[in-house]
Amino acid sequence: MEFQLLIEQLLNGLQFGTMLFLMSAGLTLVFGVMGLINLAHGSFYMIGAFGAALLAEITGSFFIGLMSSFIVAMFAGVITEILVIRKLYKKDHLDQVLATFALILIFSEGIRWIFGAYPLYLNIPSELNASVSLPLEIIYSKYRLLIIATGILIAFFLYILTSKTLLGIRIKAGQNDREMISVLGVNIKTLYTIVFALGAALAGLSGALIGAIQSVEVGMGEPVLILAFVVIIIGGIGSIKGAFVGALLVGVTDTLGRFLLPELFKLFFDNADANLIGSSIASMSIYILMAIVLIFKPSGLFGERSA
Amino acid sequence: MMSEKKLNFLILIFLFLVPLFSMLLNDIYITTLFSKIVILAIAGIGLNLILGYGGMVSFGHAAFFGLGGYVTGILAFHFNNYEPIQILVFEFEGTNQLLFIWIFTLIFSSILALFIGYFSLRTTGVYFIMITLAFAQMLYYFSISWPTYGGEDGLSLSLRNQIPFLNTMDPITFFYICYVWLIIIIILVKFILNSPLGISLKACKENEDRVRSVGINPKKVKLISFIISGAITGLAGSLYADLNRFISPTILSWQMSGEIMILVILGGMFRLYGPILGAFFYIILEQFLGGITENWQFWLGFIILLEVLYAKAGLMSFLIKDKYDEKTSS
Repeated sequence: MEFQLLIEQLLNGLQFGTMLFLMSAGLTLVFGVMGLINLAHGSFYMIGAFGAALLAEITGSFFIGLMSSFIVAMFAGVITEILVIRKLYKKDHLDQVLATFALILIFSEGIRWIFGAYPLYLNIPSELNASVSLPLEIIYSKYRLLIIATGILIAFFLYILTSKTLLGIRIKAGQNDREMISVLGVNIKTLYTIVFALGAALAGLSGALIGAIQSVEVGMGEPVLILAFVVIIIGGIGSIKGAFVGALLVGVTDTLGRFLLPELFKLFFDNADANLIGSSIASMSIYILMAIVLIFKPSGLFGERSA
Repeated sequence: MMSEKKLNFLILIFLFLVPLFSMLLNDIYITTLFSKIVILAIAGIGLNLILGYGGMVSFGHAAFFGLGGYVTGILAFHFNNYEPIQILVFEFEGTNQLLFIWIFTLIFSSILALFIGYFSLRTTGVYFIMITLAFAQMLYYFSISWPTYGGEDGLSLSLRNQIPFLNTMDPITFFYICYVWLIIIIILVKFILNSPLGISLKACKENEDRVRSVGINPKKVKLISFIISGAITGLAGSLYADLNRFISPTILSWQMSGEIMILVILGGMFRLYGPILGAFFYIILEQFLGGITENWQFWLGFIILLEVLYAKAGLMSFLIKDKYDEKTSS
């Protein structure tokens, strides 16, 4: 029984990790290519979730909702990039932090204005809202498995995109020397808009996927945003591979930490104390992980240079 | 247009007269509001020491602000229920004497700043921003999951903590306590900025290699400044806890760090009095916009955005014109 529970928690960690990866991929690309710290990335997560909830409500189809989350967040990304983000590339990190913080306020309040303060619900279709039996007598949610599969699929797609396509080569070139590639005739402005919109779209999709498990509400993006930052810092900024490894590491550490640490402390303390101490430390575990990584590798696991 | 010195003087005079205006308008809430402004200004001055003058973008100053609040709250909590504080085998009595509480706050936030600074200063740039954030988040989640002091719900104090011969429950007295601290902090930071420490801190921001080449250890300079900055912000947190007679994990949240940072930048970095003006505008804006629309944060976002995109040198540069403007626009 203990073993099945452990595997189940591991799968939960994996599911959490793949979602974080969808969030982090855009964040790390935007930082790596444009050198921009985008605190408003969590807003696209929220916008995607609201878009999905709205369109799923109108059309009655969960999958149209999911697809529209991608598209809605992408459009929001394009508009934001052209109106605001573009002006920030040349500014220093402090200005970027502040301006994108302001964007969070605008997006969150804007959404609250339109949709009201109450959370929306995005219902998982009944064929997915079931459990499947896996080998070794493990029973697990179908929907969560779908999330894991989607995450891995997109990771694969991003890997192909960044390493095998022209766009990916340009993105990489932009990371290394933006002047050179604009001299070579690549429209750097459009490239930046595409990268930003892609990141926003992925964040939107993950918002919709998670929104179906939790609720769709204002401010849902910020906790995830902070975690996504932890992921890209652990993985090394600008690296898709780093984001993937970092996301899984964070997802599994957090989930297993909450499960195992109280058990571990039971060896030393009585039950109540062990639960208390264990869960307190578990809630900090990923930040401890990040601090440790940064102390030994100040530019992250796969980071090439210090930004 | 006036000189910076004159504006600074006007700011202090204006703040000093706030309780008078408040009494003339027969609205004591104004004094309480300005206590909040003064406290946030102190936190901002603390952050600005390393942000504006040292170029260290700490996105985790809520850690110190919150720690100051929690030290204050916890000491008072134990004083009120007569239970000693147990740390391993040691036992401490709680206290409601502000003079002791301030000393404890300063000690604890310095220790925390030493710890956070020691590790964070190994990194630079965006990694520094994020590691300071990570440390603050650790404390935030710890405070939520630790139920002894209220966990997520926070902790209320029935009375403000005491100073002999003063009635701290009186809004005007409390305002002047905060005001005196503001003056002390301004004098202290001014002294530091003109001391070898402050000069080498400013030099570190420009070029660390050169600082090292004249035989000064830049890491040490930055760490000491970080500790002073953390202690000042911690003190502000302590005052904030007493002002509201309430502490909750919110004061450790990353939004709090963002707020302190915003008011520093809003007022103008590189200027000692910038955070005071920043705190003033931030709080007044919050009150004003909050009064006319429920969605005030929406408009606040716009104002901050415009300020960042078009008026980088901060509010103070609207009011004064001097040599700093060229420097800040670079």
